[in-house]
Amino acid sequence: MFGFTEEEVKRYSRHIILKEVGGTGQRKLREARVLVVGVGGLGSPASYYLAAAGVGTIGIVDSDFVELSNLQRQILHRTDDIGRQKTESGAERLHALNPGVSVVKHAVKLSKDNVTDIIGAYDVIIDGVDNFAARYLLNDACFFQKKPLVEAGVLQFLGQIMTIVPGQGPCYRCVFPEPPPPGSVPSCQEAGILGAVPGVLGTLQAAEALKLILGIGKPLIGRIIIYEALSGSFREVRFNPNPRCPLCGERPTIAELTEYPFECGVQQGADNFTVNER
Amino acid sequence: MDETKQAVTVDREIDLKGEVCPYTFVKSKLALEEMLAGQVLRIIVDHVPATRNVPRSMENEGNEVIGISQINNSDWQILVRKRE
Ligand SMILES: [Zn+2]
Repeated sequence: MFGFTEEEVKRYSRHIILKEVGGTGQRKLREARVLVVGVGGLGSPASYYLAAAGVGTIGIVDSDFVELSNLQRQILHRTDDIGRQKTESGAERLHALNPGVSVVKHAVKLSKDNVTDIIGAYDVIIDGVDNFAARYLLNDACFFQKKPLVEAGVLQFLGQIMTIVPGQGPCYRCVFPEPPPPGSVPSCQEAGILGAVPGVLGTLQAAEALKLILGIGKPLIGRIIIYEALSGSFREVRFNPNPRCPLCGERPTIAELTEYPFECGVQQGADNFTVNER
Repeated sequence: MDETKQAVTVDREIDLKGEVCPYTFVKSKLALEEMLAGQVLRIIVDHVPATRNVPRSMENEGNEVIGISQINNSDWQILVRKRE
């Protein structure tokens, strides 16, 4: 029926019922290819919901191995998985949830030499990385390749998310032109993180990716949603493309991919937004 | 209801006897999605709540429910015209 098996009709019935999805939307999900970069705190819930939603091809990028300290937030992996490659345990879990999706494992560290090839095969990219080097590399590569990027970062009790669609709004560098100087921002290891915070943000990333695939609603373009777990509040900061952006501005200074030194962390705070807040 | 039933041309029929909610609606919707605007789908159900739920959901999505009627001791038909 509509190209779905009896099992698929049941599995996706709660999607199909939705006016905005239906059988047509569910087919779009099946044909979609989403890349989740990092299957850690953000990528775990993000990829899990994508698999549950029936996104046909899910790529997962991670070069790390599961450690005990990951399990407080990286819900794709289990205690038994400690020592395994994250792409292995991740792919196994996604398959177990939904055998109907295919998972492509990229057990590599993202670099300027491989990022273009990796993202090239996907429609939407989800940024679940924990360091500036990968975050800027991914933003720049997605800009050059014109790939939609669902960007998020978390630290302690804070999380932020934005969707970047090249040509349709600001990029990550419009808000944060350069990575902070090394050592100026606490790393996630030093700073700590409430495990449920990446759970919230990774889930929002999945919802954004699904919206982009389905072509429904308003993506978080030019809007950063900031979740503050301690106060239990969400707020939205709107911003315009930055004409002085080194990547997508009027006189761009970045013409090719650059690799920053590896520094774990994420930029936070509304201070940075005042320049071009609208 | 009975007179309209005679007047319309059914373009497709789907037998959902044995199906319960929400699959009665899910399968009707999938069938309707494959049809053209203005075409009429005849849905046969034997799950009584579906005679209320399916028409309501179909109308929520902007389709026209032409009629609901019992056709024998156990079965009902629901006629839906796909929205333009
Ligand atoms: Zn920019």
